[in-house]
Amino acid sequence: MTQVLRLANGGLIDRTRMLRFRFDGRDFTGHSGDTLASALLANGVHLVGRSFKYHRPRGFVGIGQEDANALVRVATGDQVEPNLKAGEVVLRDGLEAFSINCRPSPRHDLRAVHQIAAPLLIAGFYYKTFMWPNWHLFEGAIRRAAGLGTAPEGRDLDRYVHAYADCDLLVVGAGPAGLTAALDGARTGARTILAEADFAIGGSALWRGGSDAAEAATAAEAELRALPNVTILSRTQVFGYYDHNALAAVEYLADHGARQRLWKLRAGRVILASGAIERPLVFAGNDRPGVMLASAAQALVGRFAVLPGRRAVIFTNNDSAYDAAAALAVAGAEVTLVDSRPASAASAPGVRILHDRVVSATKGVRHVRAAIVADRAGRISETLPCDLIGMSGGWSPIVHLFSQSGGKLRFCEEIQGFVPGEAVQPVTAVGGAAGALGTLAIEPLWEVPGRGKKFVDFANDVTAHDIAIAMRENYVSVEHLKRYTTLGMGVDQGKTSNVNGLAIAGALTGRAPGKVGTTKFRPPYSPIALGALAGPLVGPLFRPLRHLPAHDWHVARGALFEEHGGWWRPSAYPHVGETLEAAAAREARAARTGAALFDGSPLGKIEVSGPDAARFLDRVYVGTASTLRPGRARYGLMLNENGVVIDDGVFVRLADDRYLVHTTSGGADRIAAMLDEWLQCEWRDLDVVVMNVGSQWATLTVSGPSARDLLAALGTDIDLADFPHMRFREGRVAGLPARVLRASFTGEASYEISVAAGAASGLATAIAAKGAPFGLTPIGVEAIMILRIEKGYLAIGVDTDGTTLPDDLGMAGGVARKGSDFIGRRSLDRPDAVRPDRLQLVGLLTDGPRLAVGAHVLREGGVPGVSDGHVTSSVDSPALGRPIALALIRAGRARLGETVTLYDMGIRHRATIVEPVFFDREGQRLNDGHS
Amino acid sequence: MLSLTCPHCGPRDETEFSCGGESHIERPGVEASDETWADYLFVRDNPRGVTFERWHHRFGCGAWFNVARDTVSHEIKTVYPMGAPRPTTP
Ligand SMILES: [Zn+2]
Repeated sequence: MTQVLRLANGGLIDRTRMLRFRFDGRDFTGHSGDTLASALLANGVHLVGRSFKYHRPRGFVGIGQEDANALVRVATGDQVEPNLKAGEVVLRDGLEAFSINCRPSPRHDLRAVHQIAAPLLIAGFYYKTFMWPNWHLFEGAIRRAAGLGTAPEGRDLDRYVHAYADCDLLVVGAGPAGLTAALDGARTGARTILAEADFAIGGSALWRGGSDAAEAATAAEAELRALPNVTILSRTQVFGYYDHNALAAVEYLADHGARQRLWKLRAGRVILASGAIERPLVFAGNDRPGVMLASAAQALVGRFAVLPGRRAVIFTNNDSAYDAAAALAVAGAEVTLVDSRPASAASAPGVRILHDRVVSATKGVRHVRAAIVADRAGRISETLPCDLIGMSGGWSPIVHLFSQSGGKLRFCEEIQGFVPGEAVQPVTAVGGAAGALGTLAIEPLWEVPGRGKKFVDFANDVTAHDIAIAMRENYVSVEHLKRYTTLGMGVDQGKTSNVNGLAIAGALTGRAPGKVGTTKFRPPYSPIALGALAGPLVGPLFRPLRHLPAHDWHVARGALFEEHGGWWRPSAYPHVGETLEAAAAREARAARTGAALFDGSPLGKIEVSGPDAARFLDRVYVGTASTLRPGRARYGLMLNENGVVIDDGVFVRLADDRYLVHTTSGGADRIAAMLDEWLQCEWRDLDVVVMNVGSQWATLTVSGPSARDLLAALGTDIDLADFPHMRFREGRVAGLPARVLRASFTGEASYEISVAAGAASGLATAIAAKGAPFGLTPIGVEAIMILRIEKGYLAIGVDTDGTTLPDDLGMAGGVARKGSDFIGRRSLDRPDAVRPDRLQLVGLLTDGPRLAVGAHVLREGGVPGVSDGHVTSSVDSPALGRPIALALIRAGRARLGETVTLYDMGIRHRATIVEPVFFDREGQRLNDGHS
Repeated sequence: MLSLTCPHCGPRDETEFSCGGESHIERPGVEASDETWADYLFVRDNPRGVTFERWHHRFGCGAWFNVARDTVSHEIKTVYPMGAPRPTTP
């Protein structure tokens, strides 16, 4: 097909560069400089889709981002992007696009039957019709019928990036006003960013004002590009305006590398030069393909050298469309201008002008073929055959960003539109965005008399009649009107429909448009791909996992990794053919019978130092830190101010003024931050420094009856004969400088050996080599869980929750012994904290199968009924040869020996409450020969 | 997104900070009544106008500092160090 509507001369297209593209399976050509919209129209394609609700044939209302109709799906390789406005798609060779919301094609759409059922689909239809018995019965069918393009199902293969910039001056929009503002600022040396949504710089100068305007824009662009303090971002849509002059923009990049770039901008001053959008007129049949904004027709001629119709009718209530009419006439069209006003000072050479007349209806099915002209009373005066109707109901300044910035809008009678009023941030509007639109001499004509469907919102198929229904049913507030009719809620977010809609609502209820007001403008100004917002932080970067310093060593040992508290840790090291559970049991047995190696590097390590370190930790721990002697270690609980246990661990006194605080593996960052907050904000008199040293050290724990012999075999200058449980030594192990702590999470004699993180793999290799005679077994987190449950060692956040107090764990001894205050202490005296029926940590023994974590203890045996607590940890114990569990049970410690009923997924279990220590209750095995 | 001026690092985006809530709350001792303690734990001002908060330059230098912020306009009235008295603002 040839470009039948392309003019022989003019326009800002490169006629030497022919681009081939496909639309709905048909081949077309266009030129460099075209958009998909201008290229389709050059080929005479007006009908590009079906409407949202009624499936009416639709063409282009506008040819830019204000268009509410011409939505397309663009395919690039395997990637599909739905719901793009054809006017925003830059034409490129090989482009393939499809219409949406029609099957099989916009010409033959099976759902066009909706037009016949149209009287049913009026405002409030869904609310009224499908409430009974349940909306969900109808939802699927309705959603399939109404709606837009299909969301792509596969992974988005495109790459998106983020960029940050700050500037003295941000100018939004590079039309004549924006170029002038940018030059004024840039010439004073202001660091200036000029953002323009279009791929071309110049705005309305690209199509209006003749060669003078175009030359001025070109000169301004050239001067700006030569200035070192100016950045011009084209194809960049500023879509959000936030506090403190923070703005967000998306830049569409060329077809290589990342596809879009999200800009987060901070501007000293913002100038909005975003222009204005022409409004449609609301008359019957105003949605037929071939009916478009007068400015769109003018831009097609001026910028793209496309004559969208040979017999054109321009329908206006203001002066601006006279230029459009003249431009069409000069380009060779036969033009009649229908002006609703009795007279006008404007002129349009070569155009037949009718005053005091309106277009009251249109004819045509897939394309407009006539305009019915009537007087203001609705009496038909003539029928004008035509293939194009250009309409102008006035202009709406693009005030979206100004409104988002918090600025107030006011209704300007002179232009019959909303303009920026008082600003609350450093922002000003200039040009069309400020309402500077030249002489419009507009006379309001919100709804043209006559019968038939008069569309206000093309995107959502909202008619003037729908607004009347809403008013009749008392949805008079503009926010209610929007929600009841969906006015302004479509893909264009009401860019062409808001003012018409609220003015019609106002006319029906005796309110001036300014009194009706607008709905709130919210970001984004135009649709943004979710991928652009996510940027590069997807996949593994969405939440990066921390790897152990000896990660490669674990991989080589066949570890099965899982995430534990943000760390990618070995769960177990299964042999070939071994299940995870069997491997964990084997590993746990090895720790009880020989020697086990556990990588405890995620263990939190925080150094607390300074003259007041002991006083500080006395206020932090439930227990006492100041009485600890250097080289010794003590177990402690940390609470929050509500008295709730938030962390536990062993702390070591390294020197009089220095402690090493161990936290839970997931808690190090949180606890270090908390300690620092107390020091900086509350106890500013204490001379203490908190340093999180966790990532400096790798900690490999050797545990089991042979652990001491293994350590000796590794070679150490630490005197193992004088190294009892809960002591700390510094020395050398396997030739490496090391810190060794005798503490245990397994119940076996354990040596937690910390070396520089970089030495972790070397130490692990040495331990494995020297450990072979002792049956050394690497063990994972699963085995550690078995071992610690057998000993009743609690895991914070597993065996405790956000209500657990120290006494609930049987650990209130430290409170009673301590005279001084500590974090959370006062909360332990609250009436609720001393209730006798609190949930307390106990053990459970069952003769049946292993209890499920989360199984509830039934108080009266009935379900539903009152829960008396729940299982928190549960394993099959290899050491005991039976299932064991820990549980939080109401008044549990007073109920030792009681048999209770538990309930899990419809099945009841019996279990006996016991002390929460199942193995080596006296702790003999920890002593390792020391008395 | 607010722009906050860390006393050490200068103006930075809000995303580098976390808000620690109302500042100038006095911590009662262990002898406090249940009511006093509950007030300290749970009851906060929620003014329309200037509020005094403490903020943490979490992804920066780590400093805590005070901010006087207008809850309506989000205007930052002043930034002042921890331990300094509540400023008298207009
Ligand atoms: Zn800082």
